[in-house]
Amino acid sequence: MRYSGLSVLKEGLFGNKGWKPVWREPEPKAEYDIIIIGGGGHGLATAYYLAKNHGLTNIAVLEKGYLGGGNVGRNTTIVRANYFLQGNSEFYSHSLKLWEGLERDLNYNVMHSQRGIINLFHSDGQRDAFARRGNAMVNQGDDAELLDREGVRRLVPYLDFEQTRFPIYGGLYHRRGGTARHDAVAWGFARGADMRGVDLIQNCEVTGIDISDGRVTGVQTMRGPIRAKKVGIIAAGRSGQVAAMAGMRLPIESHILQAFVTEGLKPVIDHVVTYGMGHFYISQSDKGGLVFGGDLDFYASYAARGNLPMLEHVMEAGMTLMPMIGKAKILRSWGGIVDMTPDGSPIIDRTDVGGLYIDCGWNYGGFKATPASGWCMAHLMATGEPHEVARHFRLDRFRTGHLLDEEGTGSQHNTH
Amino acid sequence: MRIEGKGLVDRSNPVGFRFDGRDYTGFQGDTLASALLASGVRVMGRSFKYHRPRGVMTAGSEEPNALVTVGRGAGQVPNVRATVQEIHSGLDARGQNAWPSVRFDVMEVNDLFAPFLGAGFYYKTFMWPRKFWESLYEPLIRRAAGLGALSRQHNDEHYEKAFAFCDLLVIGSGPAGLMAALTAGRAGADVILAEEDARMGGRLLAESHEVGGQPGADWAAGVLAELASMPNVRLMTRTTVTGAYDGGTFGALERVGLHLARPPMDLPRECFWRIVAKRAILAAGAHERPIAFANNDRPGVMMAGAVRAYVNRWGVAPGQTVAVFGNNDDAHRTVKDLVAAGIKVSALIDVREDAVAPQGVTLHAGARIVDAVGRNGLREVIVADRDGKIARIPCDCLAVSGGWNPVLHLACHMNGRPVWREDVAAFVPQPGMVPGLTVAGSANGTFSTQACLREGAEAASLALSELGRPEAKIAVPDAEDGAIQLRAYWEVPDPKHRAWLDFANDVTTKDVRLAAQENFRSVEHMKRYTTQGMAPDQGKSSNVAALAVLADATGRGIPETGITTFRPPYVPISVAALGAGGQGKGLAPQRLTTSHQASVARGAPMIEAGLWYRPSYFPRPKEATWRESCDREVRMVRERVGVCDVSTLGKIDIQGADVGRFLDLVYTNTFSTLKPGRVRYGLMLREDGIVMDDGTTACLGEGHYLMTTTTAAAGQVMRHLDFVAQAHCPGWDVHTISVTEQWAQFAVAGPLGRELLNTLLESPIDDAAIPFLGCGRVRVMGVEARLFRISFSGELGFEIAVPARYGAALYRDLVARAESLGGGAYGMEALNVLRIEKGFITHAEIHGRVTAFDIGLQGMVSAKKDCIGKAASERPGLTGAEREQLVGLKPVPASKPIGAGAHLFDEGAEPIRANDQGYVTSVCWSPTLNTHLGLAFLRNGRARQGSRVRLVDHLRGTDVVCEVVHPVFFDPEGGRARG
Amino acid sequence: MRLNCPLCGDRDLREFTYYGASVYADRPGEGWSDAWDDLLHLRDNPAGETTDLWYHELGCSAWIEVSRNTVTHAISATRLLAGRGKAPAKGAKA
Repeated sequence: MRYSGLSVLKEGLFGNKGWKPVWREPEPKAEYDIIIIGGGGHGLATAYYLAKNHGLTNIAVLEKGYLGGGNVGRNTTIVRANYFLQGNSEFYSHSLKLWEGLERDLNYNVMHSQRGIINLFHSDGQRDAFARRGNAMVNQGDDAELLDREGVRRLVPYLDFEQTRFPIYGGLYHRRGGTARHDAVAWGFARGADMRGVDLIQNCEVTGIDISDGRVTGVQTMRGPIRAKKVGIIAAGRSGQVAAMAGMRLPIESHILQAFVTEGLKPVIDHVVTYGMGHFYISQSDKGGLVFGGDLDFYASYAARGNLPMLEHVMEAGMTLMPMIGKAKILRSWGGIVDMTPDGSPIIDRTDVGGLYIDCGWNYGGFKATPASGWCMAHLMATGEPHEVARHFRLDRFRTGHLLDEEGTGSQHNTH
Repeated sequence: MRIEGKGLVDRSNPVGFRFDGRDYTGFQGDTLASALLASGVRVMGRSFKYHRPRGVMTAGSEEPNALVTVGRGAGQVPNVRATVQEIHSGLDARGQNAWPSVRFDVMEVNDLFAPFLGAGFYYKTFMWPRKFWESLYEPLIRRAAGLGALSRQHNDEHYEKAFAFCDLLVIGSGPAGLMAALTAGRAGADVILAEEDARMGGRLLAESHEVGGQPGADWAAGVLAELASMPNVRLMTRTTVTGAYDGGTFGALERVGLHLARPPMDLPRECFWRIVAKRAILAAGAHERPIAFANNDRPGVMMAGAVRAYVNRWGVAPGQTVAVFGNNDDAHRTVKDLVAAGIKVSALIDVREDAVAPQGVTLHAGARIVDAVGRNGLREVIVADRDGKIARIPCDCLAVSGGWNPVLHLACHMNGRPVWREDVAAFVPQPGMVPGLTVAGSANGTFSTQACLREGAEAASLALSELGRPEAKIAVPDAEDGAIQLRAYWEVPDPKHRAWLDFANDVTTKDVRLAAQENFRSVEHMKRYTTQGMAPDQGKSSNVAALAVLADATGRGIPETGITTFRPPYVPISVAALGAGGQGKGLAPQRLTTSHQASVARGAPMIEAGLWYRPSYFPRPKEATWRESCDREVRMVRERVGVCDVSTLGKIDIQGADVGRFLDLVYTNTFSTLKPGRVRYGLMLREDGIVMDDGTTACLGEGHYLMTTTTAAAGQVMRHLDFVAQAHCPGWDVHTISVTEQWAQFAVAGPLGRELLNTLLESPIDDAAIPFLGCGRVRVMGVEARLFRISFSGELGFEIAVPARYGAALYRDLVARAESLGGGAYGMEALNVLRIEKGFITHAEIHGRVTAFDIGLQGMVSAKKDCIGKAASERPGLTGAEREQLVGLKPVPASKPIGAGAHLFDEGAEPIRANDQGYVTSVCWSPTLNTHLGLAFLRNGRARQGSRVRLVDHLRGTDVVCEVVHPVFFDPEGGRARG
Repeated sequence: MRLNCPLCGDRDLREFTYYGASVYADRPGEGWSDAWDDLLHLRDNPAGETTDLWYHELGCSAWIEVSRNTVTHAISATRLLAGRGKAPAKGAKA
């Protein structure tokens, strides 16, 4: 059913009895043209764009838990296109353009809010690095402005410009950056894929990948075997485990990334603000909670829960940068399992197994990539060829040295 | 209204406070909620979405309704639970999320639109037109949402963090916790007993039970007196254990000064504790849960256990006429306590048909409440009896008991899943969910007082035996031992009206059923779609009921419906407490060089270099801008002599017989041939083939080396050396230690450098004594010093190092002597210009993505030996014409400034990504060459020297043609440094 | 989380710096090869028992090999990287 202000009004008047299920609960068929392993944001987006862009609908998305239960449902919801390396620039730029039309495309309000992102810098060297980034963004056709200290003060006067440990020199302002409601993104893509005939199958863990003569033939699941001509592994956080079913070893180490949210507060932070001298960034959700991100807990883990040192570091950084948040209270902390690659950039590629494709290695950057990842993975699976904006995301680039290392920290997985 | 002769508050000690602009009086021992209730205040808050008037529901930190703002000005605290805030003189609290006040709130109009504001309505609308989301809809939603407000001001109240260690951490001081602490304390174990409340005793303070033949509160007082006398027991009140983490680490928040009118200066507001416990016992009790019925959120509808607590502990009658509604025997216990306190009970409504009537009170057995009347305060409830007969029962307070949910949160913080226990209709913890933690008492689903006492003692005995301590069995006193009698009952079916589950977030049974109708059947989907359990109380009293409703709506049992994840913190923790110490300069240490004071005294602006502070430039009279000072300092070094503190560079002392071959492995070039008294420049790669750092290493003597690193990479290089030594060279005689702090080191650079040094060295030097790239021991001002002939400026250059304690004196002396020679101190700006003129790289160039090939130093990668990073640097993607290579840039004309971060394009090419040829890393104005200069990385750059490129800086509005040149702009032969 | 440094004893997580899987300590021979790809990039990345490298940076500077469970974070043994092949540290936590 189509959503609109009118439908909300009409249903409200008649007891909200007419709302239909957002998706079906189909039984898995014996065979599909395409199976997507993983019902997270990227898997659902891939299914959606396979149906919408390529007219392929004999597709199943197999999810071991509930739809959108992975990182798409436990991130800090930032959407931006501020990368500077060729290979990343064009991809995230494409993604941001998709975000800008997503709600009307999906007929689902994902609350994409282009409230602007300010990356603060705290030294001349950082300013130069941000200038390089900002210029790359403009070269790509995206927006960037270099703010001096007074420019930052005009936008975010509540920062501590006097006493803070690392003075604020200025900021890189990306007006089109912002946030979105993470769950709604998963649900919107799921609903869109379901409406086009894709079978979304929850509680269906894949336990094996069937390969015959170097070609994928289907998967084994908790609900029985399912045959397929093509299979896509889109299971960030568990990529290595799923790929191992096909005998692959990935350039990925799984890590915990924590995030934190406060109790609801009246509006106080209108942008996304990132700190340049510590692991800290912040935005305020539409419900009023301050949403914080930090860095990895730094040790390989599948626990989806963190420890205190990173929580405390994030809050200490918050206190030196914007002490006015001191009386806000941290309500909840959570952890996602992220695929960390040796250069901090993702992989969307074929594998050595015919018909088996992989989309993984999103490090921290997966949420904003959701539409473009789905778009490009769908393109790859439908045509067999990489999409133009994702052609650098090769699986073998570490072996060949064609790296996409935005952080410049090298092959140590946890440093990106 | 107070009840004479009841309660534990200090009636001799009245305390005045303010709420919503009116003055009230309570007693020492009151919470804001108990004092307001005693004063007849019924509306204490407004709900999140519908702005419905709300009264207090509970007597603890799980309170969903009575959230207030405390204090004014910078220190105002939003979202304070009135049930936790103790009153003190000067306390100034007010309602929030309402305008103009919680008593009358215009936003209440939202309630009329409730049919259109059901679960997830916002996902279905607000999409047209596109631009209206950021400009109209979102600001409206944001303004309506949120609860309390921050002051928006910096607040410098003091917060702290601390560590504590113990054998046994006991969480909760009710009957189970007290017995556990007593058992372990008597056995001599180091015990921390942490209690969230201001007063220890838990439910013993709120119930009329006897323990060991005396009132429960008296028994608790006796035990606490004994515990307080034990040196091995630490009692921590107002301390909520908030999270269980790995390795027996617990987070805990202590409210140190929030209850004090004028806290002493040295006392923090709050302290966040990291408690490391060998064993822990969770005895945090249970939360009573409401029953959903129409308008069950009216002010005056309260939890039955809270009603008993207000009566028994605070001596407050929550109403004049109380009705009681329940599905278990606690409802009957409530009637008994109310009657004993002389409060009128208008009826007991028990959903169980076989309930037995208490004496003197009308019983409606098998009945249910179908509505609650009284918008700003409950007036009556409407009861449907078993036979359908409707009765209107007057009451201004309704005590509700729907059973209890064990407070098992901490046990679930490490991903353990609780199990459903049918007899108590609750989730209970399983053993071993958190290593080393045992759950005891009602947190474990054990509800009789006697059993709680016993479990507490047993849990402590178990912990003692695991810790290898002799067991000290102590007698468990007699107490009430009734098994819980309960019939699971979650909601009064009513398709018409709203019945609240999550009071704080305004989630009703209709919302949960709508979620199920739309196929958000997973408990996680339901939670996320309806926001059930996401409010400040995190669904403490509502989550279980909500999933029971979901289970019913989806035709599943509760266990298979499952439960959402419990995550820390158990109660919200202020950012100021978690981030204590960070405000102002506390985030990171401030490292100061020995010349810091002298530089400040000369008026040098000090800028951050990592954790260090370094002088930017040294202004002299008549110099109006930093550029004038910088240009003068550069000329000074090129023509006379300059002095610069370079102590911030990393210094690593390396000793041992095998250091030569160790350095061969670490550096790309050969160091095993370095002779004592010689210094060599070295390039270091990461194992992935990318340049890590550069610097010099001096051979001070046989088997004794001193490595210098860049300031930025000092820590990384130290870590790397230790790794290479321990992983790849076990058994080699190599020892490393950082001596960065131990030595003060100063560059003396310029044609008069040697002349300056010879004025203060005890034995003068010449080129033969300390040749270019030589080093040696010298004596200066009676102190042994090290002298290195190295140059980062391209001039005749020395670096002289003395033990740090002599640094300040030597620096002053050096600068004074330099000034007498027409030179002086130079800062970071001049240092940067000098090195750019010479094409020397810093981390602006070696930024983690460049290879030795990229910076033109491929010749430094020795072909004769292996080194760290050599193999990986041979990958095809890391060499070749496609790589961006280091070049120099000169703008045409020379006077046009250029900025670092600009991008390069072919002349005439459009400045878009597809045409990008490279970028600028460092720029300066060269007073030596009278031109702006830039170092840049340019695709196939070495082959393009002599050609021109277009430099575009969109952000700063520059578009300049530049000539591509060799990156060494000045004195390419290096004769000046050797001179 | 707490780690038992074989030299210093039981210490808080924040004293240590993590590197990654212990395969990183085994350098293959000279010249780029697939073995180098394994060392630098490819990981077993198990959900369960693993062995990884930690540096006692705010302590004794020892590099430590830690046997650890990536799902429960339980630590079963710690030993000095320099003393590989020797017995686990005494008192290593189960």
